[in-house]
Amino acid sequence: MNPTDLPAAVERDANFNFGYLDERTKRMIRRAILKAVAIPGYQVPFGSREMPLPYGWGTGGIQVTASVIGPQDVLKVIDQGADDTVNAVSIRRFFQRTTGVAVTERTVEATLIQTRHRIPETPLAEGQVIVYQVPVPEPLQRLEPRETETRRMHGLAEYGLMHVKLYEDIARYGHVATTYDYPVMVDGRYLMAPSPIPKFDNPKLHMNPALQLFGAGREKRIYAVPPWTSVESLAFEDHPFEVQRWSQPCALCGSTQSFLDEVIVDDRGGRMFVCSDTDWCRQRRPADA
Amino acid sequence: MYVAVKGGERAILNSYALLGEVRRGDPALPELSLEQIREQLRLAVDRVMCEGSVYDPELAALAIKQAAGDLVEAIFLLRAYRATLPRLGYTLPLDTAHMRLWRRVSATFKDLPGGQLLGSTYDYTQRLLDFSLAAAGEAPVAAQAAPAAAEAVPRVVDLLGDEGLIEAHVPAAGDPEPRDLTREPLTFPAERAVRLQNLARGDEGFLLAMGYSTQRGYSHSHPFAGEIRHGLAEVEIEPEELGFAISIGDLELTECQMVNQFAGSKTQPPQFTRGYGLAFGASERKAMAMSLVDRALRAGELGEAAESPAQMQEFVLSHSDSLEASGFVQHLKLPHYVDFQAELELVRRMRAGLQAAGEEEERAA
Repeated sequence: MNPTDLPAAVERDANFNFGYLDERTKRMIRRAILKAVAIPGYQVPFGSREMPLPYGWGTGGIQVTASVIGPQDVLKVIDQGADDTVNAVSIRRFFQRTTGVAVTERTVEATLIQTRHRIPETPLAEGQVIVYQVPVPEPLQRLEPRETETRRMHGLAEYGLMHVKLYEDIARYGHVATTYDYPVMVDGRYLMAPSPIPKFDNPKLHMNPALQLFGAGREKRIYAVPPWTSVESLAFEDHPFEVQRWSQPCALCGSTQSFLDEVIVDDRGGRMFVCSDTDWCRQRRPADA
Repeated sequence: MYVAVKGGERAILNSYALLGEVRRGDPALPELSLEQIREQLRLAVDRVMCEGSVYDPELAALAIKQAAGDLVEAIFLLRAYRATLPRLGYTLPLDTAHMRLWRRVSATFKDLPGGQLLGSTYDYTQRLLDFSLAAAGEAPVAAQAAPAAAEAVPRVVDLLGDEGLIEAHVPAAGDPEPRDLTREPLTFPAERAVRLQNLARGDEGFLLAMGYSTQRGYSHSHPFAGEIRHGLAEVEIEPEELGFAISIGDLELTECQMVNQFAGSKTQPPQFTRGYGLAFGASERKAMAMSLVDRALRAGELGEAAESPAQMQEFVLSHSDSLEASGFVQHLKLPHYVDFQAELELVRRMRAGLQAAGEEEERAA
């Protein structure tokens, strides 16, 4: 990043409580988080509040982050893998303003990462917390919109509906036609929506040393994957789970192991592929790039 | 070289400034005061208070000003403000039979105790643009402006109830504390107290459409507007240390009691049923729509098949909130590069597969 592009420092606004939420609300959310950690993959209803940002724009993640953040935390916020997309900037500014904590773009420096749609390429470490923004926490919602029904299915671990959906994909297309928010089984018990991360990221959920928290503000649910928990992407023996691959490396850093975004560079079909994880890409490039 | 989305922060800061300028409009014109909004756009203020779940005309006026008149945005501002306010206690149940009425109409009885009181309403105005308002004219003076005396005007449903013609609604045994939707998440099935809270905060347009659908064959409930009343209701609290009720002020309310048909069952003789609507301020359309939807949502309790959208709790209650709906619909403008890339890859792969299959077929032919 060019030094002149560095964002202006955001002052802590003392008119607001630390992390915006009042302490009672934070306690209520922490209780929901504790329950979620105790029952990996189970969606815990919580008294989601109206936040100063719109529902559907990360209010669940924001409430979770606001409830676990402390003055010593170092916060990283990404959207689509990038620290500089507008919504990530907006959420980071919100926490700078309401907590005054240090922020970073480096995955390794962060103690707390709030993310939308990606898991960083840099492996997470023990002690880190990653908070996912979740639009639709119920993996079965598109198959069965009634929550009274889906709760029963979770209770009975009756996930045939999802298996049939995957099977129908295979029968029709020869492969599963879900590319993001690909359903996973947590700790062999609960079917879980990993949020709309590309299925490329699904393997990173499995046995991750970091604490993974999921917040759905509009739908008022919190769930969690504790460190070192098994997370399996649904598949069949003869149709194993596969992730996306690209035929070319990142045009900027040459990475062949990262998720690539396609950038259209002209109106004649020209395009390039670059890492969606901007920190990963930057760390791999020479300092003068 | 690739620059993509860098500079997002500066763009955001610049957009704040631009927004402020656009909101203000032509600086040569005088700025709107909150008092002007409160006094002259009072129906907008009422709607924002109602769906924003805060009875505060000043704050609602501020929200409307800040939102440049976008009422859903103003409701959002007020809700975000109220979210972290402490809940200090409960009021006693409002006694709407003792409201000081500005308006009271019944569509079921030509005359009734307390009489019909037309009040201020657009109902019988001829909707012709009044060009005298374009030029500032003199303020019109009403024949009688003050609210009627605070004598009790019995509610139509109570008159019907005396004869046993309409179902009685008594609080459940022990009068259990209702759940507070602003503190606890909505879960299904939701009891009526929770449903009514949801509807009271629900988007007027959504409830209007849902209520309307019940009049067009999607769960017809034979509604009659038993009574609509608008006025001031006294708010009382009973502090523990006092042991008796004290009045803390008045709320301007619109209440609608819809009277609906019910053929009766094996255990119950035929009698009328109720749908209930209550809104802050003068919000008649909202209160009436709410009462239709409330009645439709009682399908299960009254042994009616829930076949239409307005009768389905999950459908209605999960989609009534303008904040949730507006936020999630508009979140589609957030970046989705990653998901879209994943879909692009899939569509290309599927097309390549089809093409390969086609070529193979051609070779075989």
